[in-house]
Amino acid sequence: MNTNPINRYPFIAIALVTLVSLASVDMAYGAETDDPLLTKVMIDEFENDLSSNSTTSWGAQAWLGYDLNKLWIKTEGEYSGGDVIDAQVQALYSRAIAPYWDLQMGLRRDLKPSPSRDWAVLGIQGLAPYFFEIDAALYVGKEGRTAVSLSTEYELLITQQLILTPEIEMNFYGQNDPDVGIGSGLSDFGAGLRLRYEIVREFAPYIGVNWSKKFGNTADYAREEGEEDSETQFVVGFRAWF
Amino acid sequence: MASKSVHSNIQKLVYKPQSSLSRRRFVMGAASAMMLASLPFTQSVLAASLRKGLTTLSGRMFDLSIDYQTVNFTGTDVRATVINQSIPGPLLRWKEGETVTLRVKNNLDISSSIHWHGIILPASMDGVPGISFEGIEPGDTFEYNFTLGQSGTYWYHSHSGFQEQTGMYGAIVIDPKDADPVAYDREYVVMLSDWSDEEPESIYAKLKKQSDYYNFRERTLVDLFDDISANGLVNTWNARSMWNKGRMSDRDISDVTGYTYTYLMNGNTPEKGWQGLFRKGERVRLRFINSAAMTIFDVRIPGLKMTVVASDGQNVQPVSVDEFRIGVAETYDVIVEPEVDNAYCIFAQSIDRTGFTYGSLTSDQALKPLIPPMDPVAVLAHRDMGMNMEGMDHGSMDIAGNGDKTMNMNDMDHSAMQMDMAGNGDKTMDMKGMDHSAMQMDMNKVSSTGLGLAGYGSNNEIKHISSEFGPQVDMRAASPRSGLTDPGIGLRDHQSLYQRKVLTYADIKGLTPTLDKRQPSREIQLHLTGNMSRYMWSVNGIKFADAAPLELEFGERVRITLVNDTMMTHPMHLHGMWSELETGDPDFIPRKHTVIVQPGSSISYLVTADALGGWAYHCHLLFHMPGMFRKVQVKNA
Repeated sequence: MNTNPINRYPFIAIALVTLVSLASVDMAYGAETDDPLLTKVMIDEFENDLSSNSTTSWGAQAWLGYDLNKLWIKTEGEYSGGDVIDAQVQALYSRAIAPYWDLQMGLRRDLKPSPSRDWAVLGIQGLAPYFFEIDAALYVGKEGRTAVSLSTEYELLITQQLILTPEIEMNFYGQNDPDVGIGSGLSDFGAGLRLRYEIVREFAPYIGVNWSKKFGNTADYAREEGEEDSETQFVVGFRAWF
Repeated sequence: MASKSVHSNIQKLVYKPQSSLSRRRFVMGAASAMMLASLPFTQSVLAASLRKGLTTLSGRMFDLSIDYQTVNFTGTDVRATVINQSIPGPLLRWKEGETVTLRVKNNLDISSSIHWHGIILPASMDGVPGISFEGIEPGDTFEYNFTLGQSGTYWYHSHSGFQEQTGMYGAIVIDPKDADPVAYDREYVVMLSDWSDEEPESIYAKLKKQSDYYNFRERTLVDLFDDISANGLVNTWNARSMWNKGRMSDRDISDVTGYTYTYLMNGNTPEKGWQGLFRKGERVRLRFINSAAMTIFDVRIPGLKMTVVASDGQNVQPVSVDEFRIGVAETYDVIVEPEVDNAYCIFAQSIDRTGFTYGSLTSDQALKPLIPPMDPVAVLAHRDMGMNMEGMDHGSMDIAGNGDKTMNMNDMDHSAMQMDMAGNGDKTMDMKGMDHSAMQMDMNKVSSTGLGLAGYGSNNEIKHISSEFGPQVDMRAASPRSGLTDPGIGLRDHQSLYQRKVLTYADIKGLTPTLDKRQPSREIQLHLTGNMSRYMWSVNGIKFADAAPLELEFGERVRITLVNDTMMTHPMHLHGMWSELETGDPDFIPRKHTVIVQPGSSISYLVTADALGGWAYHCHLLFHMPGMFRKVQVKNA
């Protein structure tokens, strides 16, 4: 599965093409339906690291579907020095199971770093009490690989258009996978703080700071490669949806 | 000077999300200027030449056409759908007892329709595609033909898709066959509506993608600091905690706001301002019609008392008020008697105070009225969720959709509880001094007695059936209040704050005795439900597409009790038959076609199923309508 010819061309392009093609599905809106087929594409984060200004990262989601049943595409990754370093895509069927919660299941493919890894996904996404946005998923891969990811985000309105978003993300893996630099246990933890200004609802530039740290064997692998095990980035980017 | 102040007011009051703070300051500052223009004037020309008025068509035979037309309300050219080339369409003037014929030609490239709102007619003439007829196909002409058995103020609109919100509506006035019990010297139709340059399909899609898209009044950090400094940290936390736990916003008043809407009076923007003339001493009848898509208006005329003489076209015992709320599709006729020459402002502010429209009732065309500031925006209270919050155990509240059907009664402060034990005419009962240990038993007894007497509303217990549980419903009112005496959110304190008497449904009594004095033979309890964050609307948790028709037996007298399990105010419209509102006087039950159901409240009305066939029954907020809709089938036994 490591034969994907992903070389220099940014993954961003592939991800965006997928998302845009989803959005181009016409809104099949019949006069009498309460539940039209709709799409939403959300570029939650598209940002540049100011300190090393060659790193661009993205996090985006898109859905196609109805009130209670949707097809979701999620992607995140990092592009640096002319290459995609990190890229992940998920395709999920999402079904509402409670007023604020969706159960999501499907496939995830880690395209980068090579070799690529495939996973089956079972996740939950929604809004917890006190308005915490939660995205949690369990992944099962080949050769007994397992993983869990957790992320939460909160939107703090300073004014109606100036919004501060703290965010926490962490990943756990069931076993070591030295080929892709992943160790078992808590592998990485990230905390971000972004301040955006919604010029319109659909478009908001932001500035932010990201702190991330690798743990355990993951940190060891990184150090072996000559990388730091923790990193602080100052970022500038935008959030958009349509 | 007056004219200058009109324009500066408009500029500042037109809703801009980013200027909410300065707007609020302005409102407060302008309060002192809230007085009427009293400028000298010359005797005006009281010709019938009314600026920007409605075109009137009268007679028995009418030709109407439905066309696309480019309009410009905001500075941008936009395509509208219009009836007889105008927004609103022509005012149709009919006479009770006559038979009217309306030939409606559809020049659109999609199917269309016209529904005669509030008119009692055969089902085949009601104009609801898919229920009463096929719709009018492109290029076709449909001939409506019916005999008028009523008089009063009504209106008409498209019932196809979202056409109404792009301009398809007009007023109807039916003159009575006999002498009008309401004496007046002059009359005007005052048609209120909302206009957006956005296509309604696009508004709907945005709401599905982000349900608070149009709400720029959410709680902010600035509010939080204000609240903490005013009330302390603990009180602020407690007040916010329930909303935050429930993932709901107490600032959620309207789905679609002045951010996109321009509010119109007789087709005029606030910048233009509609004008009606009077001579001092005249009795002027104003026929208010709310033909908006999504906007509930609060109406007042500073300096003039309004005597409400009709509701939804039907004469009522006159009630003098300073202000009234008019739900989408409702109509109210009021009489005003200006005793001095002046320019009075007919002021209609949206329920969420994100905008207003106005017109002037003036003795001189050159006079401009002073426009009052909008009232402060309402914040939803715990009672709007159908909870009595006194000393209640918040942890047991079912707003999270966790399937918890029962409320924890143990922690409630019974002495503070106001229970509606209808049937005795007393709307509320003080529970103080009751034997609380016996209460559970008493409540069971009350609920098992079944139907209350006609005119007094329901005695039945509120039951949330299984279809109300699931991802499609985010809230259920555990103990809804009576919606009868409630003027509504944002109006409740107007008597104490401004000495303004606000109309409530409890004030409305029919002018003539109740025709059908039978007791209801059964009661249908319907719950208005939704999931605000997913922007889904339904009845009993079931959307129209999945719902079986509601069946009524021809001739039966039935009570419908509506329970609002949402935090929005829903104007519910039953086609074809009257909704006889149970306001506590069985002898003079008022007849309405559209009934506001307040958030977290319940309200009952009686229906005589005297019209065979299929009828529509729905929320008249047009973006709620696709889901919050039932077909009513009246069948022979």
